[in-house]
Amino acid sequence: MRRMINWRPPPLVAVILGALPFVILLGVYLIASDIRQTENPNDKLLPPPAAFADAMARMALLPDPRSGNILLWADTAASLGRLFTGLGLATAAGFVFGLAMGLLPLAGRTFSPFVAVFSMAPPMALLPILFIVFGLGEAAKIILIFIGVAPFMMRDMALRVAELPPEQLIKAQTLGASTWQIFLRVAAPQMAPRLIDALRLSLGPAWLFLIAAEAIAATEGLGYRIFLVRRYLAMDVILPYVAWIILLAFLSDYLLRKLQQRAFPWFQKEKA
Amino acid sequence: MTEISIKNLCKEYNDAPVLRNVNMEISGEEFCVIVGASGCGKSTFLRILLGEIQPSSGEIRIDGRPLPPEPGPERGVVYQRYSVFPHMSVLENVMLGPGFAASPLLGRLSGKRRRAAADEAMHYLREVGLDHACSLYPASLSGGMQQRLALAQALIMKPQILLLDEPFGALDPGTRKDMQDLILRLWRENRMVVFMVTHDLEEGFMLGTRVVVFDKIPSLKDGNENSGATITYDIPLNGRRKPCD
Repeated sequence: MRRMINWRPPPLVAVILGALPFVILLGVYLIASDIRQTENPNDKLLPPPAAFADAMARMALLPDPRSGNILLWADTAASLGRLFTGLGLATAAGFVFGLAMGLLPLAGRTFSPFVAVFSMAPPMALLPILFIVFGLGEAAKIILIFIGVAPFMMRDMALRVAELPPEQLIKAQTLGASTWQIFLRVAAPQMAPRLIDALRLSLGPAWLFLIAAEAIAATEGLGYRIFLVRRYLAMDVILPYVAWIILLAFLSDYLLRKLQQRAFPWFQKEKA
Repeated sequence: MTEISIKNLCKEYNDAPVLRNVNMEISGEEFCVIVGASGCGKSTFLRILLGEIQPSSGEIRIDGRPLPPEPGPERGVVYQRYSVFPHMSVLENVMLGPGFAASPLLGRLSGKRRRAAADEAMHYLREVGLDHACSLYPASLSGGMQQRLALAQALIMKPQILLLDEPFGALDPGTRKDMQDLILRLWRENRMVVFMVTHDLEEGFMLGTRVVVFDKIPSLKDGNENSGATITYDIPLNGRRKPCD
């Protein structure tokens, strides 16, 4: 008998195994929904698939009678705008400050303690302050994402820079490089693919902060919509919205991974 | 001709002496091999020569001038590992030094000057037998090829002194032999002082014009074992191998 740790499922079995949890979840939902619908055709908790289709056709195809917008697209545009602005600013700050902190002892001594302490502040506890200072508009939500994600990215970048073999930095100096040239041609290009890794890991937290901020104060957005229709127990809207959010998050993660493979072929080789 | 003068060099880490009273005079293009047991300060000595760390006392002069306090293009280095940049192709790795020198802002060349630098880089790659691999990334190279690349990358700077820290330590015996022949040829052709740290005595005696042995000296006062290391033997050899001056 072979040990379990040595048994690798053949490709077809692997695909089936991978699909199994999804199929089971779907099956359990459909059965449970069917049971509740037979007992009470007006049940709102577990709507049947047809109800999702109706709700989504309403949200994604017809303009809202009050605002004239098609709600799903308006919500998606608003949410993604906030998410990518916040993430973009955090990524830029993480790259610049993280590299500086990792590469320059002067910058490391100056900023590391501050970032280390500040990164322990729960961003949600700071949200009321942001709403008070910046009002209930876009700025507060974007800054929440920024302060939720940027400290992690800065610290991650600083650690990754510190992981560069010291031999490389000495070697660059023996080739006549200045501090700026080492930053530009040795450290920054090697950190770029690692920055994409950090960004991928930050997608989850960024969505969390986005939905939380939208739930508390917004007039549109995916998080706003979910929390709004919760009042009417509108599971037919909430569940497809959640699936849509998952799809968007998964897609951005996938695209970032592809970008990393395309743009930095040496990074794959080095890891292998 | 390069004159190197090392006088009463001492290095301590947190009051623990590592090197004590190291004295050495080098004149001309010597191939100086440094041998000794582990923890005898060989690498510390090399790092001081490189300018990576500063001696606690004593002085080093090159052609009468004090050694610059940080690494620079007059002193090249090849380590056992991590001597090349993984994110650049073989050719880009060799062109890096000329790019730093020519463009303070961007650190890279363009246009006509880039083509000239590429030609020069290809010359050094042919010297080390890597011209066929110029577009590969270092991760696709074998250990021996990576060390050849590191040598070409260092040599294009025309260093006065080349420091080798166990450069062949991670190579298999066949590759090692090839690399030893290569380094001897490059040393003869490029007129520079070579300092090479190695564990391999045989290699040291085969390559060097001078073998320097580092060893711990028992303290004269209290017989304490941990009193630092110094040069205990300085053996001139292979005199005829020296390039004529």
